[in-house]
Amino acid sequence: MTVTSDPASRVAKRPNRLFKNLMAKLASIPMILTALVVFVGGTTWTIVYSFTGSRMLPKTNWVGLDQYERLWSSDRWIISIKNLGIYGSFSMILTLVLGFCLAACLDRKIRFESAFRTIFLYPFALSFVVTGLAWQWILNPEFGVQSVVRGWGWETFTFNPLNDPDTVIFGILIAGLWQGTGLIMCIMLAGLRGIDEDIWKAAKVDGIGTIKTYVVVIIPMMRPVFITSLVLIAAGIIKLYDLVVAQTGGGPGLASEVPAKYVIEYMFRAQNLGQGFAASTMMLCSVVIILIPWAYLEFGGRKRG
Amino acid sequence: MTNSVEIKDLDLSFGAVQVLKQLNIDIAEGEFLVLLGSSGCGKSTLLNCIAGLLEVTDGQVFIKGQNVTWAEPSERGIGMVFQSYALYPQMTVRGNLSFGLKNAKVPKDEIQKRVARVAEVLQIEPLLDRKPGALSGGQRQRVAIGRALVRDVDVFLFDEPLSNLDAKLRTDLRVELKRLHKKLKNTMIYVTHDQVEAMTLADRISIMKDGMIQQLDAPEVIYAKPCNKYVADFIGSPAMNLFEGHLSGNTFTCDGFTVDVSGYEFGSQPRRDSAVWLGIRPEHIVTGDAAASATFNGSAEIDIVEPMGSDTLVWIDFAGQSVRVRTEGQSGLRSGEALTIGFDASRLHLFDMKTEIRL
Amino acid sequence: MADLSVNSSAGPRGPKPKKSFSRANIFLYGTLIVVSMYYLLPLYVMVVTSLKGMPEIRMGNVFGPPMEITFEPWVKAWSEACTGINCDGLSRGFGNSIQILIPSIILSIAIASINGYALSNWKFKGSEVFFTILIIGAFIPYQTMLYPIVILLREIGLMGSIGGLVLVHTVFGMPILTLLFRNYFASVPEELFKAARVDGAGFWQIYFQIMLPMALPIFVVAIILQVTGIWNDFLFGVIYTKPATYPMTVQLNNIVNSVQGIKEYNVNMAATLLTGLVPLVIYFASGKLFVRGIAAGAVKG
Repeated sequence: MTVTSDPASRVAKRPNRLFKNLMAKLASIPMILTALVVFVGGTTWTIVYSFTGSRMLPKTNWVGLDQYERLWSSDRWIISIKNLGIYGSFSMILTLVLGFCLAACLDRKIRFESAFRTIFLYPFALSFVVTGLAWQWILNPEFGVQSVVRGWGWETFTFNPLNDPDTVIFGILIAGLWQGTGLIMCIMLAGLRGIDEDIWKAAKVDGIGTIKTYVVVIIPMMRPVFITSLVLIAAGIIKLYDLVVAQTGGGPGLASEVPAKYVIEYMFRAQNLGQGFAASTMMLCSVVIILIPWAYLEFGGRKRG
Repeated sequence: MTNSVEIKDLDLSFGAVQVLKQLNIDIAEGEFLVLLGSSGCGKSTLLNCIAGLLEVTDGQVFIKGQNVTWAEPSERGIGMVFQSYALYPQMTVRGNLSFGLKNAKVPKDEIQKRVARVAEVLQIEPLLDRKPGALSGGQRQRVAIGRALVRDVDVFLFDEPLSNLDAKLRTDLRVELKRLHKKLKNTMIYVTHDQVEAMTLADRISIMKDGMIQQLDAPEVIYAKPCNKYVADFIGSPAMNLFEGHLSGNTFTCDGFTVDVSGYEFGSQPRRDSAVWLGIRPEHIVTGDAAASATFNGSAEIDIVEPMGSDTLVWIDFAGQSVRVRTEGQSGLRSGEALTIGFDASRLHLFDMKTEIRL
Repeated sequence: MADLSVNSSAGPRGPKPKKSFSRANIFLYGTLIVVSMYYLLPLYVMVVTSLKGMPEIRMGNVFGPPMEITFEPWVKAWSEACTGINCDGLSRGFGNSIQILIPSIILSIAIASINGYALSNWKFKGSEVFFTILIIGAFIPYQTMLYPIVILLREIGLMGSIGGLVLVHTVFGMPILTLLFRNYFASVPEELFKAARVDGAGFWQIYFQIMLPMALPIFVVAIILQVTGIWNDFLFGVIYTKPATYPMTVQLNNIVNSVQGIKEYNVNMAATLLTGLVPLVIYFASGKLFVRGIAAGAVKG
């Protein structure tokens, strides 16, 4: 493409570099604007304004780290972080374990495989709002699981997570797992299918049992798939918002608050923009903390081959 | 002496598709048998059945006189080498070699002894503590062979072990495999689609097509006396020239030439008046002065000359078709010239037109 | 070769006989069936609840099939359910969602496919940098960009309107869609592109006459991805629209979680099902393509 650098070239005038590939540049303008204005610009703007005392409207009255101090001394934020921690660790472990086990079951050359796969994945097509409302109804103490089990004669049976501050986050977890495991199962299944069938044969000739082969040979081979899954689950956990709003509204009291909800409450309801910006900057930090090791594993590890 | 491996009336179907049909093979102790065929002929499937990785639909498999039809792969006394190596990537070479033995609860010092011996035989001692990812293709395949060797078994199965390697390495490892067989004298069953590998390695070749054995014989016999037109066409590179014609008495006639075939060694009592295929290998067509003394001689125009260095492939227009002739390296022939050709009746191959079986 | 082993035809022959219910199989299918029930339960409960009358619901069992099937709740959810002072049901939200969905899909896919094409075939200085920023942007929590977008939309006068939300969906759909198309176009043999250039075709000609017709399957994947993604969105809808332009998910949440009035669980469940219907239909109709879409979307996070 660099014909012009050839002195014998018949091109009379060296074209202006800016106009080379002009159409591609024009066509990329929406992408460039999105990348620079919204992603870089927007994020920077929010970080900068998190150091101001903006309330109803963004203002540049600098207050240093005030907003962050207030954030970390707020009970609501601490509860949000705790909830995210509990939901996050359980969701991560259970999604990975369940997702892998289901994928391994489906990979055993079973009948009706596609029917099972369809069943496990359909919740993923639904909105978090739909998921939250459906589980709100099933976990309803007066009519749902609790009342049904009591109706069978177990009068003292209690299963009322959505109204118990101590267990409400697990009520949300049940719904979150219901929606998200199918995706991880699908990714794991694709990973399992990508493993050379000769490996299975070699293990069989070596006389290694199925479960041992999974644990000792297959799972270590699927490391990249597990990492991708982890990143996906982690990104989903930090975004957790719609599900909470629909299923519990953050209640009872503040018991099921999460950071994403905190941000939106302070930005758009409590008219305390500075708090919202500070909280969202903290969310960004947590993503960076997750992303950097991942990027290191993904791209730094590749060099080692 | 019992046979090392026996296959009796083996059938295999996937649903309605019959992949292997009534196969019978006896393989002698220490024999190197190659299963040769184009892709989809069932050769790898047959190997997997012998290994016990596929369940047969009917028939039996014996290894060392034991009926192993229902036995697990690890109980059959076989070692197997795969096309994709199938090394366990997260274990070192030593780990790969010893994994199966550990699992079979072989004592530690015994494992160590065997690994050391195999590493010596295959000259992979310096690689023992590396992981497969850090090895070249040839080294990986050596480790894969090593994994079969440490099992200390009588029968080795190879599933296209060299086809992932580049041409140079393939030749090197081929020679090495032959040397290994000479040294170990184990029974080896080797699947490939490469006829050079088959011809060079095998004691006997079994040529397969559509789940059936076409011919099972020593390489020289398969080359000299292919039992049907498929085998004739499949073995030999460049491929055999085939002419469609008619045989009456001892005379073959087709569009373009007539030849007396009384020098041909008929196998069966053929109908001496029928439509037949006549085949002649490119290297059995003689040119120039030598042609004069041949059973048949004629002349043709040279179409294209392909010099290969050690020999030259000449395409001539003869009897209305393009005919391949293999001649010496420095022939000095040019396209457009006339070429005198000839061949002996004893070098011919005749196949019945309808059944395609050798006459 | 003479066969010397005398006992050769005796012993096992053919396939190894198997117990039709091996312990492993019972465990395998048992697990799958139990898990399937967990997955199917909510759908089942929603359907039966939406077909019951309120008196029957108060009497008892959420899992019991309806004794008397009624479609009343569905009608009510669609055309009468109240959010605040509006009592025209979910139909308005449905209409809004459709009006948001269609232009968003067209705009986002058009832009992303051209981006992907430019990025794989017409690389220019800096194009990879912008693409990297775009992909990293996909991992930034939306919360950090929400307010600046409010300001931008206010500046161009689209805050609260359907047009504004369309723009937001286009922007946030761009990373994953661009990646999808870039990877697809990169897998097209480069010789094809070179041949077209030698034949004198330009940027748009190659795009419309060669790349576009080849990329139809990936367009279907992109459409599936966007329909479910945009339809299911709640966050952007609740922030960038006003009650009159709320998409269906936001309206659904307001109907079900409103504190006023008595809770009509059957109407709520009918409304929930109605909202979930569009993505469910897409899911069941698209089958394998949906899986392909989420496999591609897996990178999105």
